[in-house]
Amino acid sequence: MEIKMNLISEDKINSMTVTEKLRFVLDGVKSGDIVVLEGGLTSEEQMKLIELTMTEVDDDFPGIEMSGYPSKKGFLNIRKKTRLTVIGPAKMMHTTKKDKDFISAIISAV
Amino acid sequence: MKSKRRWKSILTRLRRALSFRKGTAKIGIYGPPNAGKTTLTNRIIHTFVDENEDVGLATEVPHETRRAVRREGVTIDLKAKSLEDPNSDLNSESEVKRKRGKAKLKLDVVDTPGLATKIDFHEFMAYGLEEDEAKKRAKEATEGVIEAIKWLDDIDGVVLLMDSTEDPYTQTNIIIIGNMEARGIPIIIAANKVDLVDATPQRIANAFPQHSVIPISALKGENMLDLYEEMARRFR
Ligand SMILES: Nc1nc2c(ncn2[C@@H]2O[C@H](COP(=O)(O)OP(=O)(O)OP(=O)(O)O)[C@@H](O)[C@H]2O)c(=O)[nH]1
Ligand SMILES: [Mg+2]
Repeated sequence: MEIKMNLISEDKINSMTVTEKLRFVLDGVKSGDIVVLEGGLTSEEQMKLIELTMTEVDDDFPGIEMSGYPSKKGFLNIRKKTRLTVIGPAKMMHTTKKDKDFISAIISAV
Repeated sequence: MKSKRRWKSILTRLRRALSFRKGTAKIGIYGPPNAGKTTLTNRIIHTFVDENEDVGLATEVPHETRRAVRREGVTIDLKAKSLEDPNSDLNSESEVKRKRGKAKLKLDVVDTPGLATKIDFHEFMAYGLEEDEAKKRAKEATEGVIEAIKWLDDIDGVVLLMDSTEDPYTQTNIIIIGNMEARGIPIIIAANKVDLVDATPQRIANAFPQHSVIPISALKGENMLDLYEEMARRFR
């Protein structure tokens, strides 16, 4: 079986509203894709994504697996720079190792 | 847009600083499922309110708590007699600390459902639940996660509880911390279950070096004074 990956550029992400972003990610993941976002989601957006995911969990869709590099402190420690986030279906994706600059995940077809 | 958010965060901090002084801080006990949130909340209530009162059930089945429970009017009094640490041989040290920390902290404590990005009913069946029961529990657990997230809007401080025998560097832990930082809400990390032989609280401290990490055993009551002192200091 094949696994599709969607790699989304920062420019494309920045052109979307938060709602559009989350809908876009979750639609991809629910149809079995692995979604990689350059520049990633903020912690607040990730929390909203968990919330949205929980409203759509059912017997066939147990939820998501999400992994990302934590944001970096930006200018004067105020502005935060988010970094890459990868999201996949919990049934398929499993993060095996992760630190602040490294993510290793296993993707398996279901 | 970014500066708008920054203003919002400054205003939140300001509002919080003011509301803190006039009233009771609402402290949320957060963390992944099974970290020991209910065990800790029950211990706080037993120590400072009523020995026989529980906010909820603590079990080894994840997502045991599926509704947030607020217990109002808890006064953390560092001079309370019941604070004796039976398992500590550092009694003289805690004596010193007690003299130093005469603080009292009034708070409402909120035991929240464990945060997760996935809830699979099969997991509950592995604990012996029938399929119907497992599916019902999974549904309630998703609602619990949403409720825990919504509560963040009303919280003045967070005790983030982690299981010291597990990898602390999970996305949910990172997200909780990131959200608290963005909102300017004080956060204390408690490295729970240090009574277990394979507990490595140091790993938690290493993973989140910019935060205070207090090793505790909520079950055995080890090191609770350190946690209460930190709460009195940070949440006042
Ligand atoms: N050894 C040990 N076990 C603990 C400790 N704290 C909690 N536990 C156990 O861990 C399990 C989970 O505890 P709970 O308090 O229910 O955990 P929780 O975080 O409220 O879990 P959910 O409500 O399901 O999210 C129970 O079996 C507790 O007895 C501890 O300090 N040491
Ligand atoms: Mg609980």
